[in-house]
Amino acid sequence: MTAAMIAARPGNMAGTDATEADAGRTAVPIDETGNELPATASAAKVEGGVKEKAGKSASPPAEPLAGRIGEWARAALRTVLPPLAGLALLIGIWHLATFGGGGIPGPGQTWDAAVALFSDPFYIDGPNDQGIGWNVLASLERVGIGFGIAALVGIPAGFLLGRFALLSQMLNPIISLLRPVSPLAWLPIGLLVFQRADPAATWTIFICSIWPMILNTAQGVTRVPQDYLNVARVLNLSEWKVFTRILFPAVLPYMLTGIRLSIGTAWLVIVAAEMLTGGVGIGFWVWDEWNNLKVEHIIIAIFVIGIVGLILEQMLMLVARRFSYENR
Amino acid sequence: MTKKIVQIENVGQSFDTKKGRFVALRDIDLDIHEGESIALIGHSGCGKSTLLNLIAGLTRPSSGVMLCGGREIAGPGPERAVVFQNHSLLPWLTCFDNVYLAVERVFAAKEGKASLKRRTHEALELVGLAHAETKFPHEISGGMKQRVGIARALSMQPRILLMDEPFGALDALTRANLQDELMKILAATKATMVMVTHDVDEAVLLSDRVVMLTNGPAATIGEILEVGIERPRDRLALAHDAHFGECRAAIMEFLYHKQLKRAA
Ligand SMILES: Nc1ncnc2c1ncn2[C@@H]1O[C@H](COP(=O)(O)OP(=O)(O)OP(=O)(O)O)[C@@H](O)[C@H]1O
Ligand SMILES: [Mg+2]
Repeated sequence: MTAAMIAARPGNMAGTDATEADAGRTAVPIDETGNELPATASAAKVEGGVKEKAGKSASPPAEPLAGRIGEWARAALRTVLPPLAGLALLIGIWHLATFGGGGIPGPGQTWDAAVALFSDPFYIDGPNDQGIGWNVLASLERVGIGFGIAALVGIPAGFLLGRFALLSQMLNPIISLLRPVSPLAWLPIGLLVFQRADPAATWTIFICSIWPMILNTAQGVTRVPQDYLNVARVLNLSEWKVFTRILFPAVLPYMLTGIRLSIGTAWLVIVAAEMLTGGVGIGFWVWDEWNNLKVEHIIIAIFVIGIVGLILEQMLMLVARRFSYENR
Repeated sequence: MTKKIVQIENVGQSFDTKKGRFVALRDIDLDIHEGESIALIGHSGCGKSTLLNLIAGLTRPSSGVMLCGGREIAGPGPERAVVFQNHSLLPWLTCFDNVYLAVERVFAAKEGKASLKRRTHEALELVGLAHAETKFPHEISGGMKQRVGIARALSMQPRILLMDEPFGALDALTRANLQDELMKILAATKATMVMVTHDVDEAVLLSDRVVMLTNGPAATIGEILEVGIERPRDRLALAHDAHFGECRAAIMEFLYHKQLKRAA
């Protein structure tokens, strides 16, 4: 989980890490060669190295304000420029690919359509013709409900599975069997049980969100360091105190990883589920626009889906970082 | 003769590892008397922590009998406080809350919140960390963490204090201060103490008996040294004391002469 979080951190963090490592590396060769030189020479050399280092580290605070602002701007540029360049590249390729006409609209055409679309995102013209804002909100609502119920069921289930080995032995084969099944395969069951499209889509979200939450929570429980449990045993804490003071805080980061994974898949699945069930929702909207042959709207929808997914992910990352504690 | 508080009879401890059965301790026989201070000393990896965990009740012996207060040690309990070798503070609680958790467990039945907080504060003050109460474990140094661990154990006013190298990560001055504080507390509370240490001076200064373990695997008690120095003890006076020197020499002889050959 920490690995995932580190990997997902913004690029500038990785940048500072690299420079620190470089600084360490430059210091090492001096020591190594120094060992082979006569003592006085090596001492002089090391001293030189230290001076050079001290000079370097002392310079930033002494620098004038303008210099520091310049440095800050350079750093900002370094983090902003590459993504912008990537985006420009994408749009450029898109432009070139659609230049000669064909079915797919180019960036300019799509932009114009987007401006028109977002000038009135919340209109309602009958049940099957609503603004894109309503469609996104409808999808988010389904994800929220399905995901919420999955959390209510999955997290306690994960705690039980992690705490009781027998239970996990009983249920793990079933989970392993069901987890790789595409959630869409569950859609007909939902339609059959609920007799309506809307809860069936929510049901699909529930199914796809629950596995990561169960498995990650259970893994977190089994990974609670024995040291912490020993503290609980020496103090002879009550079950409730063990849960609130040790188990829950120790498992929380794992739980949040499960939640993050679930919400990612849930957002993936809702689009497909809505294409099948119809109604109001971003997935259905995409399908509808395909039937209307408004391809530029489909492209807009792709961007909207991506951006909403990104925001969901970032929000949960923020929560995860808020609750992560430095270990040891 | 005072009462025996802990009795260890013919205790052995072995672990099942991937490479088969590993015998860590064998034939341990030791009676610990009420109010006594015992130092456990031996080379790294010989089984000192293993023995301490057995007394704490965190692990059960593979063979033999362990009694505390005449009853079999079935598990840990707050009357046997442990200072862990790796301090084992909960990283999501502040130093204050880490200690408070222990204080609350022991005294909440009889005392109000204000009194519990005062106890927590006093325990942290004792180890010189009143200023770091609101800090989290990752924000303080290794030595400070160890002191919070000591505060947590002392705050419980245990009958038996089990300490696994509690002063290992401390500088000489802090260590000396805490050693003196510890001796005062033990004298005042008449608590029993078992302390694992690597430090020969510390062993002699703090304990009534020094239990020396042979090298592992299958470590056992090699020698027991009766220190027999009057209390209260003054570290400065003892520095020139002939008997203190003899005790030191006896332990050194055991560690670095009798046991070193087997360690190599
Ligand atoms: N749970 C375990 N499983 C397998 N072997 C163990 C286990 N706990 C301890 N041992 C082994 O038992 C021996 C004694 O370990 P122990 O931790 O008691 O040493 P120690 O005397 O406290 O050492 P140190 O001074 O370095 O802390 C070691 O060889 C160790 O590898
Ligand atoms: Mg140890």
